[in-house]
Amino acid sequence: MENVAQNKGTSFVKSLLNAWSWLFLILILGFFEIYAQIETGNTFLFRVYNLQSIAVAASQILLLALGLTLVIVAGHIDLSIAFSSGLASVVIALVIRAAGPDAGWMIVLLATVAGLLSAALVGIVNGWLVAYLSVPSFIGTLGTYGVARGVALIIAGGAVVSIRNSYARDLGNSNILGFPIPLVAAMVLALVCHYVLKHTRFGAHTYALGANPASVERAGVDVKRHLIILFVISALTAGMGGLIYTFRFSAGAANSGEPILLYAVAAVFIGGASLTGGQGTITGTVIGAFIIAVIQFGLVFSGLPPYWQFVAVGLVIIIAVLVDQSKDRIVGGKA
Amino acid sequence: MTALLKVDGLKKRFGGNEAVKNVTFTLNEGECVVLAGDNGAGKSTVIKMISGVYQPTEGAVYLRDEKLTGRSPEAVRSAGIETIYQDLALADNLDPGLNLYLGRERVVKRLGLPFLDRKTMRNDAVEVMKSLGIVVPDPAAPVREMSGGQRQAIAIARAIHWQARLVIMDEPTAALGVPEQREVMALIHRLKAKGVGIILISHNLPDIFAAADRIIVLARGVVAGERRPAETNDEEIVRMMMGATL
Repeated sequence: MENVAQNKGTSFVKSLLNAWSWLFLILILGFFEIYAQIETGNTFLFRVYNLQSIAVAASQILLLALGLTLVIVAGHIDLSIAFSSGLASVVIALVIRAAGPDAGWMIVLLATVAGLLSAALVGIVNGWLVAYLSVPSFIGTLGTYGVARGVALIIAGGAVVSIRNSYARDLGNSNILGFPIPLVAAMVLALVCHYVLKHTRFGAHTYALGANPASVERAGVDVKRHLIILFVISALTAGMGGLIYTFRFSAGAANSGEPILLYAVAAVFIGGASLTGGQGTITGTVIGAFIIAVIQFGLVFSGLPPYWQFVAVGLVIIIAVLVDQSKDRIVGGKA
Repeated sequence: MTALLKVDGLKKRFGGNEAVKNVTFTLNEGECVVLAGDNGAGKSTVIKMISGVYQPTEGAVYLRDEKLTGRSPEAVRSAGIETIYQDLALADNLDPGLNLYLGRERVVKRLGLPFLDRKTMRNDAVEVMKSLGIVVPDPAAPVREMSGGQRQAIAIARAIHWQARLVIMDEPTAALGVPEQREVMALIHRLKAKGVGIILISHNLPDIFAAADRIIVLARGVVAGERRPAETNDEEIVRMMMGATL
């Protein structure tokens, strides 16, 4: 009897810890709302502009973090996303600019395909390095981080490639039913990645790969092919990030993804992934990205020096790891 | 009746080193043969030649008169020989169902898209485990929350579920506590009752005597002797393992 009660107790704490990121998100939203009410007498949460700004900031982080989640669950890391994103951004802008000021939607589409292909190329190289040459992913993708950065800057001539194209501008700055297109794109991709990770055989193999690569190999799965696909997915979602950037600002920038890289990594870990692999979910990453976006925007909104965001996000990462560890301890105690 | 497995004159050379010189034995349905021997006697090399991981320099392996030598490990597996390694090759973060089906997962179509059929896989895992006399405490929990004996049972369940006719077990009790070692011994007896042939690798004497129908002792790459447990004792087996001749 006592045992049952105890199990119930631990499972309650366990589900609370599993939901901590939701609770945390609600907590900081509540904090900024109360702050806004007291300081300015205005609402923080219930203004469309604020919500849209948070959503767009979260989308930028998410687009880099989604594919990265799959890579981290498999027990690897992809640092090169910062510049798969930047490379795609530059390639898209260059193609649109080359077509001249009257470029139609066909050119925009062509540019998109070219941009995503350039990102995918980075992913293929990452996968090949990790799968076939057994280069640790941290080192391999640090290498391609540099290569992609250099190539993007070289083809951009070291400058921002600005474009004038109404299709691209509208795609980056319009709303669908009040939802900014970047948010819609990120959410659709999140749904796809969630499906792949949670509900497909590919997803199950990804989790197994993170826990014990030998288990997947002996089960007859082509692990090399699996790794290459993982890194291509990661590069492609990052490439989408570059695409959205170019459309939003009518400019291709090699460095556009760089400031987001560490936020993307942070979002994945705040969402419950573990550095050793085998853990993490897309839902967690989505919440992680929103937590960071709320902190970023909320601090600016509160009129605090924006540098506080680095302190705040840093603290959240540490809290996330501590919560994760105490969760392990509780599960471990039960077993 | 022909034997389930026939190992005929296996020899394996790595460069100038002859790891296995000449190994011949047979194994019948529902029989457990223990390959005993000191480190370096050639036990692992022999089972790797059976499971297709190594190709022998000379000799061949037959399953019910079907020649297996020359086939890939996957082909040997689908012919009905399952190898359970010491580390069990489980994915600790997945539930027993997904571990049972790893690499061959079941899916159902929903809205035209394939979704993992977790429910069926879990139920199947519970069923197979039940046939091994093991109750799965929580079918949805990851296998890292299970005991060493239960985890071993999952690896064995995987073999049974995929209709293995022969299971090779490499030191299955090496990392386990005493109660769990007993659990594994009980599992081996249930496997035998199902007509599955077993090759057990061990150098733990109590295990050898508890599990074996026949003991084949390897020393320096050759068969040093073959005994039934009833007609031998610890001392003789150890002497043969150390390389004394028959």
